[in-house]
Amino acid sequence: MAIEYLGLSEIKGPFVIVEGVQGAAYDEVVTITVDKKESKRGRIVEITDDRAVVQVFETTENLSLHNTHTRLTGHPMDMSLSLDILGRTFNGVGEPLDGLGDIAAECRRDVNGKPMNPVARVYPRNYIRTGISAIDGLTTLIRGQKLPIFSGNGLPHDQLAVQIVKQASLGESGKASGSDEKFAVVFAAMGIKYDVAEYFRRVFEESGVADHVVMYLNLANDPVVERLITPKVALTAAEYLAFEKNMHILVILTDITSYAEALREISSGKGEIPSRKGYPGYLYSDFATIYERAGILEGITGSVTQIPILTMPNDDITHPIPDLTGYITEGQIVLDRGLHGQGIYPPIHILPSLSRLMKDGIGEGYTRADHQDVANQLFSSYAKVGEARALASVIGEDELSEEDKKYLRFGAALEQEFIGQRLDENRSVTETLETGWRLLRILPKEELDRIDNRIMNKYYEGQS
Amino acid sequence: MLNSGEIYGINGPIIYVKGSSEFKMAELVYVGKEKLIGEVISLTNELTTIQVFEETSGLKPGETVAGTGHPLSVTLAPGILSNIFDGIQRPLKEMAKRSGAFINRGISVDSLDRGKLWKVHVMVAPGMPVAGGTVIAEVPETSAIIHKIMVPPGLAGTIIRVKADGEYRIEEEIAVLRLHDGSECALTMIQEWPIRRPRPTQKRYPATRPLITGQRILDTLFPIAKGGTAAIPGGFGTGKTMTQHQIAKWADADIIVYIGCGERGNEMTDVLEEFSHLTDPRNGNPLMDRTVLIANTSNMPVAAREASIYTGITLAEYYRDMGYHVAIMADSTSRWAEALRELSGRLEEMPAEEGFPAYLASRLSFFYERAGMMKNLNGTEGSVTIIGAVSPQGGDFSEPVTQNTKRFVRCFWGLDKSLAYARHFPAIHWLSSYSEYLTDLSSWYVENTGSGFGDCRNQLVAILNQESGLMEIVKLIGSDVLPDDQKLTLEIARVIRLGFLQQNAFHKEDTCVPLLKQLYMMETILYLHTRAKVLISMGMPMSVLKQSTIFERIIAIKYEVENDAFHKFAGYKKEIDAFYDDVIARNA
Repeated sequence: MAIEYLGLSEIKGPFVIVEGVQGAAYDEVVTITVDKKESKRGRIVEITDDRAVVQVFETTENLSLHNTHTRLTGHPMDMSLSLDILGRTFNGVGEPLDGLGDIAAECRRDVNGKPMNPVARVYPRNYIRTGISAIDGLTTLIRGQKLPIFSGNGLPHDQLAVQIVKQASLGESGKASGSDEKFAVVFAAMGIKYDVAEYFRRVFEESGVADHVVMYLNLANDPVVERLITPKVALTAAEYLAFEKNMHILVILTDITSYAEALREISSGKGEIPSRKGYPGYLYSDFATIYERAGILEGITGSVTQIPILTMPNDDITHPIPDLTGYITEGQIVLDRGLHGQGIYPPIHILPSLSRLMKDGIGEGYTRADHQDVANQLFSSYAKVGEARALASVIGEDELSEEDKKYLRFGAALEQEFIGQRLDENRSVTETLETGWRLLRILPKEELDRIDNRIMNKYYEGQS
Repeated sequence: MLNSGEIYGINGPIIYVKGSSEFKMAELVYVGKEKLIGEVISLTNELTTIQVFEETSGLKPGETVAGTGHPLSVTLAPGILSNIFDGIQRPLKEMAKRSGAFINRGISVDSLDRGKLWKVHVMVAPGMPVAGGTVIAEVPETSAIIHKIMVPPGLAGTIIRVKADGEYRIEEEIAVLRLHDGSECALTMIQEWPIRRPRPTQKRYPATRPLITGQRILDTLFPIAKGGTAAIPGGFGTGKTMTQHQIAKWADADIIVYIGCGERGNEMTDVLEEFSHLTDPRNGNPLMDRTVLIANTSNMPVAAREASIYTGITLAEYYRDMGYHVAIMADSTSRWAEALRELSGRLEEMPAEEGFPAYLASRLSFFYERAGMMKNLNGTEGSVTIIGAVSPQGGDFSEPVTQNTKRFVRCFWGLDKSLAYARHFPAIHWLSSYSEYLTDLSSWYVENTGSGFGDCRNQLVAILNQESGLMEIVKLIGSDVLPDDQKLTLEIARVIRLGFLQQNAFHKEDTCVPLLKQLYMMETILYLHTRAKVLISMGMPMSVLKQSTIFERIIAIKYEVENDAFHKFAGYKKEIDAFYDDVIARNA
């Protein structure tokens, strides 16, 4: 029988302090029974001699200095896992929410995970076709990649994430992911609105993938401390399915901004020294423990691909949250309010968007030989569109040179026909690249300076 | 008698031991039952503070902390090259064999393979006087590098016994030395060296030779010297890592130490895979044979990230002592600075700017000053060049890490977001970047490329500067209204940007360009400029000049002229002359 410690010596926000503890370990999980009825869980975040600082999940409501019994569990935060988690819904710390009872655990795993050895990783090269031109053509998603969506409040990032989930397939020949039985989605909600979570659930159900979705929900009104565990729980489940059950896992984490806010709240509660904008100095390292849990391992067919979604506060890409994320993730898809205002869906601002793994997963043998050149040319020409537009706003469109006018036409066409597409439109890579060529033909041929001569000769005139 | 203590408190990677202990500052300690590796970072009468290089979850107060009596050190011996280590020199390949795909903690594993037999050729004979740095044996470590076994610094005496040439393990005795005090000292292939202490040298030479990288914007516009220091700051996605990879691949250094400090795991895998396949253009050996990787990815423990920079530079200094030119890529020093900040926060130190500790500047200068072209203890000449990436928050170069780094480096290769957005790579901005080595290296350039090089370079820079001035006007009123000579300046600047500064890392010829080709390219562009200027001065409008494809032809030189086909440049000169004659003939 484990020893129970009566009472607490201090309660402050989500933290309580227990004194006289024997044999407590750093990072160990404790259970706190309140008035012999309600049970809460907490984690030891600091320990000095026999005095342990415990961070309580859920709230510290009802706790007094005398009405609690604290018991050590002897292990760090872990969760039970088995294939039964597929199709289920859990709360932010991995307890069932759907009333179907506990799962029959095949194993228990520490939610903190361990860093992957770079030597055991396989460099990701297989591209995932999403059917969305701006992504497939310009910021190709690679299996095993972490590619976040940088969005803003009110922008259609949820629709985009859903469209990616619905249309994702491996290469041109790959089956639709929904029918691929080794494919699954792990969905982690951190501090999002009930409606948003409901939207995802409904779409998963309608598109028939609900059996292959595991949901971990920490909604906006759920305890903040739990929110810090949610992505870890979800990624532990993802790693289990990918690396022990050889499945291809797409993890959607939304909203990273709420997660970072929670981290800031807890950090200031602990009295830590803040760095930029009040976020703790370890925000980067903390993000890394989430984002780096993606990839492919040698000798294992499964993979973990991450699409974290974050809303940039005030649409500011230099805010610490998108900034530090961009330094860890392998690229980013940036949504733009201006494009959204013009009714273009998906409103992907292609210039700051980037996929770092793209270079090795496209071209001859993967997509098509001209892919990289077309992408480079579209980027470079679209950058000039911005200059032409700036000039037009000063001297008026009529005064522009012929060349600049062509750039304006090219820019508008690119936004309407290449970036813009319907919510249910699933384009092939060939279609995407041909659209790209069609748009490039608007420009004078000598302006196409990023395309190799051989590729120019082969593709410029068009294949159709 | 080794000292020990008991854990009193734990806060993340920091643990405390109560009471006055016999621990020394910077001593390596083993923490807890799992023997996690830690380092003493502060001592008071009441409390010893230790930073732990591994995950601390599960540690309990009362567990033992055992001292080792020596500071955190690296093991120096054959087997370092083409290997990959974590921040405290644990071999990741070996760890993967023991604990699988995920890194466990408390794994005690030798840094270098002690079972492997190396072919040793002994260089000394009994009776020979030796001192620190003297080469006592040579070992072919990889196809590219002969590893020189040296007497550790601080030892001096006379050789009394040596082994015959043959195959030995690194722990085996190679020679025995009688020290000046009469005692005997057996030498193996191994040296241990504390990572925070620079290895001694005789003296420092001035920087007079460039590190040739094959990257045009670096070699021509902003060269770095062997033994120099450079910083590459840039926001995410601007190509810091790509630039570092390019230099690591093509620079004419003998050894590359690549430190992945708090960066992505996949990037290290990429380097590992790619460098094993690529060959060194100078000798045909696999690039990995001259490379050592230090990988401390962003999710590995933060204290080890702090140490990884020092581990890397100590390995570099060791190879420098053998007489090699070593280049270090540190990607990224900002993550290292953040590790300092995180640890400093846990120690509740008074923060300076943006939460960084006040000693950030002194730590940075200490690191960068370990670079240099040196006369080694054994009289050979070797160098350590440091190229550090900086990841400023929000791409804002006014933040403390960039600003402090700028004070201690002499090359600044500033990456620019708008260039990266337009996919102009390398996105090093020619106006914000600088190199203080230009004058130091000018005599080398004169000797090796002729006197024209510096001149061409200055003309190029002048044209680019004029362009930036003109662009201010163009932004307001469009380029149509400019006079023709200014239009020509813009056009030539465009040729320079696209045809010279922009370089395609994925193109077989363009990824690495020899210095002479860089010179000929500059000459050709400037020749075109001179001839076109004459035409303009004769009153030919720019629109007429633009009818020719000559500008596009010159831009395409980088792809069309192979790296050894210098004779083709004469053809381009003829084309320019033909263009000149043609314009005159048609418009006379």
